[in-house]
Amino acid sequence: MMAAKLAFIFFSMILTNNYVLVKFLGICPFLGVSKKLDSAVGMSAAVTFVMVLATAATWPLYSCVLVPLGLAYLQTIVFILVIAILVQLLESIMKKFPPPLYKALGIYLPLITTNCTILGVTILNFTNGYNYVESLICAAGAGLGFMLAMVIFSGVRKRLEDAEPPKAFEGLPITLVAASITSLSFTGFGGLIEKIFGM
Amino acid sequence: MSIFSAILIVTVIGLAGAAILVVAAKYLEVAEDPRIGEVTSALPGANCGACGFAGCSDYAKAIVEGTAEIGKCVPGGQKAADAVGAIMGVAAGKAVQQKAVVLCQGSYDHTTDKYDYHGIKSCTAAASLYGGPATCPYGCIGFGDCVKACKFDAIHADNGLAVVDADKCTGCGECAKACPKHIISVRPVSAQPIVLCANTDRGALTHKACTAGCIGCMKCTKVCPEGAVTVTDNCAKIDQSKCINCGACVLACPVGAIVSFG
Repeated sequence: MMAAKLAFIFFSMILTNNYVLVKFLGICPFLGVSKKLDSAVGMSAAVTFVMVLATAATWPLYSCVLVPLGLAYLQTIVFILVIAILVQLLESIMKKFPPPLYKALGIYLPLITTNCTILGVTILNFTNGYNYVESLICAAGAGLGFMLAMVIFSGVRKRLEDAEPPKAFEGLPITLVAASITSLSFTGFGGLIEKIFGM
Repeated sequence: MSIFSAILIVTVIGLAGAAILVVAAKYLEVAEDPRIGEVTSALPGANCGACGFAGCSDYAKAIVEGTAEIGKCVPGGQKAADAVGAIMGVAAGKAVQQKAVVLCQGSYDHTTDKYDYHGIKSCTAAASLYGGPATCPYGCIGFGDCVKACKFDAIHADNGLAVVDADKCTGCGECAKACPKHIISVRPVSAQPIVLCANTDRGALTHKACTAGCIGCMKCTKVCPEGAVTVTDNCAKIDQSKCINCGACVLACPVGAIVSFG
């Protein structure tokens, strides 16, 4: 039952509750870094990594410090602070130890300091009442969902580059239209995961 | 009362984080050669990749580490090479200036279109439809994919033919990458003549398609005193190592396909 619930959380985060295409969080990296496939993958790998780490750090802080002191309303500001520190720390660790890892993910780290998806995942974990393990699984799923959205959309954008839309739609407008259609397509997954896991 | 604990907790977390970062910065510091930054700023910053590295900072790193030579920056040319040489404390050497050239003279004065193309105005798209609308299957399509690729406004497509503005061209090679016909060549500037045609069809076919195309008549090979010009696949080629810039082939060419470059 436990495993089924974890699998349900994981897959629903990727498809039916995709943070970018269904919940509309993290739109700026979604539009900004999706131009090329390799940078889209690099960015989303970094986002996934930081998301899981941020959840690992903020969950105990919220449950063991903020809630007992009756300061749950401080979660947004405290989380921003903690995640910013975490990303900074991570950057210096990566720079020191595995240079290939820094080369692959490091350049995206400053971009995702308290990215709204990451903040969103950490906060929505409590709204959904997930425990520690569930929160971590949820964060990993949300990160992979982000990656899926980025990869799909970088493919769409590749097509957009060759297309010739009317003058008024060139550039960002047509990208936004394409993004909304991509998002629309994800509503097709609605209910799918629930049915599969019988929830 | 709760306002104080709120202020306290945020302050404590902030200070604790600051302390961690200070310690981390101290123990995890990576010694980076300050010259890397200096060399990077001496390079043009176009990140064109003509040097063969991922970008200007990557190239700068390779220079400082001693794994790359100095004169490889094409857009920066001699100026950047000198500046980098001054930082690195070595003589810059001669940076050979390179410029792009379109190996085609097929403007609408010389050739026509074989069909009316109404699709996307892009050479890549047009080339996928029977090799493009240009009658010559080897020649410039003229929709200007190279113009879009050029960061320096140095190439323009008019009258069905892309032409490089040699004054603005930095030789970065972006246009050559964008050309679906692969007829843009980036070469060192010299006075050596150059064959502005890539058509390898038989002479009669070539001449039917374009009056400026090389017909493989061999006149150039006969007049060349050094034997530098050869005709392979019905198209003249000049061996740059043998050429002495006498210009005999330029004068001999009946269709004007060989011109002086630089």
